Amino acid sequence: MSERRPQVAVIVFPGSNDDRDAAWALHALGADPVLVWHGEQELPDVAGVILPGGFSYGDYLRCGAIARFAPAMDAVGRFAAAGGPVLGICNGFQILCEAGLLPGVLRPNRSLEFICRDARVRVENADTKLTSRCTVGQNLTIPVKHGEGAWFADDDLYAELVALDQIVLRYEDNPNGSVHDVAGVCNREGNVLGLMPHPEHAVDPLLGSADGTFVLASLIDAAREWAQALV
Amino acid sequence: MLVRPKAGILDPQGQAVEGSLRQLGFAVGEARVGRVVDLELEATDAASARADVERMCEQLLANPLIESFEIELEGA
Repeated sequence: MSERRPQVAVIVFPGSNDDRDAAWALHALGADPVLVWHGEQELPDVAGVILPGGFSYGDYLRCGAIARFAPAMDAVGRFAAAGGPVLGICNGFQILCEAGLLPGVLRPNRSLEFICRDARVRVENADTKLTSRCTVGQNLTIPVKHGEGAWFADDDLYAELVALDQIVLRYEDNPNGSVHDVAGVCNREGNVLGLMPHPEHAVDPLLGSADGTFVLASLIDAAREWAQALV
Repeated sequence: MLVRPKAGILDPQGQAVEGSLRQLGFAVGEARVGRVVDLELEATDAASARADVERMCEQLLANPLIESFEIELEGA
């Protein structure tokens, strides 16, 4: 039973472009991906959700600001509120922040340049559902590719997040000017994680790194547990 | 609606504009770049129009973490 392949939804927005990569990585790591169009009112019978990278709605207005109103996002919100594991990657992170499911907001890179390169991140919290395979202090090499990846929170919000252990990943070498080198944050309950690096692009040594596996395999573990809890 | 980065928030776009203006020889101070949204709206009176537009700004057009907004109404 514990080896069953859990079903994990990958939400597809107009302008998503890493949905197929996320699905490929999920399949390679032992889950069954289900692509879900953003217009769906309900999620199919899934035990985990990925909001993939891309440029939903052309990044108009602010990244993620329009995608958050997609019907499927209401369903994702209900799934998250019930405790289901949700992972937002890059544009998915931006959408989760705009939707209020994660704290803070992503802003244009300090350099104003699009950045596409490997990033080294340090795990700060391994107790979330999406980092259970990691250890605190572990360094992961995972690529980033974004123009608006500078996470921002004001001093009060940041202090609160530190106190509640919601800062999950930090850059060793901050590429985008995010405050306090933050690369990934989770919600208070630890079942929703957003990060700018792309774990789905780092799941095989042939791709340059397999460190993304730590995050995605954690999601798949959490989905498997979630599916069993519902039985 | 005029949406702009809040005071104290780093505005790299404004910095780039500021640098370019200086390169052109203009002795400018700090530049900040915001966004203007022109909207046509039917409303019975100015107060209800303003209330509607405020809700639009709060829900979509501005992110209160980083942006402030101002509303200007023009009667048809």
